[in-house]
Amino acid sequence: MTSADPAWQLFEQRFGALRRARRTETILIFVILGLLFAVSAVWTGFSPNRVLEGMPRIGEYFEKLFSIQPSQSAPPVAVLAWSHLFGGVKEPQSIAYWFYRFNVYATLLWQTIQMAILATVLGYCAAFALSFSAARTLTANRGVVFVTRRMLELMRTIPQVVLAFILVWPFGIGPLAGILAIAIHTTGSLGKLFSELNENADLRPVEGIRAAGGSWLAQMRYGVVPQLLPGFLSYGLLRFEINVRSSTIIGFVGAGGIGQELKRVIGFNIYEEVSAICILILLIVVAIDLLSERVRHRLIGALV
Amino acid sequence: MSASVAHLLPRRSAFSLAMRWVLGLGAFAYFVYLLWLFDFDRIFTGLPKLWVIVRLMIDWSRFAEWDHAELIRSMVETVAMAFLGTFLAVIIALPLSFLGARNIVPSGLFRFLTRRIFDGCRGLDQFIWALVFVRAVGLGPIAGILAIMVAETGVLAKLFAEAIENIDTKQVDGIRSTGASRIAELRYGVVPQILPVLISQALYSIESNSREATILGLVGAGGIGLRLSERIQINAWDQVAYVIVLILITVAVIDSISRWLRLRLIGGPSQRS
Repeated sequence: MTSADPAWQLFEQRFGALRRARRTETILIFVILGLLFAVSAVWTGFSPNRVLEGMPRIGEYFEKLFSIQPSQSAPPVAVLAWSHLFGGVKEPQSIAYWFYRFNVYATLLWQTIQMAILATVLGYCAAFALSFSAARTLTANRGVVFVTRRMLELMRTIPQVVLAFILVWPFGIGPLAGILAIAIHTTGSLGKLFSELNENADLRPVEGIRAAGGSWLAQMRYGVVPQLLPGFLSYGLLRFEINVRSSTIIGFVGAGGIGQELKRVIGFNIYEEVSAICILILLIVVAIDLLSERVRHRLIGALV
Repeated sequence: MSASVAHLLPRRSAFSLAMRWVLGLGAFAYFVYLLWLFDFDRIFTGLPKLWVIVRLMIDWSRFAEWDHAELIRSMVETVAMAFLGTFLAVIIALPLSFLGARNIVPSGLFRFLTRRIFDGCRGLDQFIWALVFVRAVGLGPIAGILAIMVAETGVLAKLFAEAIENIDTKQVDGIRSTGASRIAELRYGVVPQILPVLISQALYSIESNSREATILGLVGAGGIGLRLSERIQINAWDQVAYVIVLILITVAVIDSISRWLRLRLIGGPSQRS
């Protein structure tokens, strides 16, 4: 095969054309991305200079986060000094000093997790109930499907924090508004996932029950639910992880949980408390993630 | 009918039946405790007030008086924040993800540390990062962009690292067998395999971040959230509803653009929705 071979030449020609087309496309994508980047940067006033200007302050912030000023005039000292770490409450560099309000935090963290549990349970039940009428394959009436789907969409698109902020007005400051906000959001997103599961369900058991004269409810209860139970449970647990995270921040608008305390200490610039709470939140979130992941794997293993 | 088949069903022992009752009652008692803990009776006093707010929300008779230019400007700012934050996160996460992948970096300790950094970025919510950055770089969209960037870097780096670990090694072997350098191996062996994951994740992140970015303004990190919180605080419920509708429309538009792009660029339905 030589380069004079007409077939070879044709190949070269077409290959070259294909490559050029792909290259143009790639360049075009990068140009568009670059343009979007430039427009966004101009619109938001984002410039490397301003970020770099802020950088020392970010460093300072973290320095303050991990250090303590023993008195007004004294220079800050690093918190993490091995020799002082296990000292008493009076010693500024000890864990005991750092977490001196631990009992308050513990109560609030407990409240936060209970909020997440209750919101997940409420949202789960509502989503479960709505998911059957949102599945095209299970509900014959197109109007019902359409209305349910739009409702679920609305529930999950309104940001939770905004919802909590609004609900604080009628239900008062406290965890109730936060729970309702998270539950509504959970209903929206789980409802969508559940309805997709429902649509993928095997319809033969449903037909069998219908043939035996089962009502629509019986068809769902005995035909659909048993085959999808592992999916329902594992999505529910996954949502619980997400809800724990949400309930830590929902307090910023006065809707209960550890977020309320975090907002207060950030407002007053009490740096050691900010870092203490952030560490606790991080620990709780990671612990719940790990726990729920294990339960999820075990559940799927046990039920499949 | 049930009587005739009852003997065919598996028999449950009295003990397991009793356990079911105990567990069920325990769960019920716990649920009641939760309802009591959070004063659920306040729902009944709150619902009439909620109804008043909803009625005020749907009254748009003063539509012409609202500051539309400002609201739409902030909405665009929100989307720009989400785009910039995600874009920067992709740029940072891509090299980091190679460092966190088992088949690229064999050193266990190094990989462990990189992974924990990802976890740290991810573990704290974007909202908390926004608070930190508002203190550092001042009020405004830059704090929001940096918050999105940091939180999203953690998420994307983890997902990209998993994608890298799941690649087919045959393609890399093939390129190595031609005597290519280590960089060429990554460029032609690894990158083409993770590109679909990368594109679809990046698009998904832009979608979810433009939702998230709408609330960053509540702590002063730019975008529509600030306007929204102002209007909630002065109880201008009609405008609150209008801003929420604006958010819904924007999110829907971005969702459909990104769905179209995903189909166009990768082909086939998306993995995550």
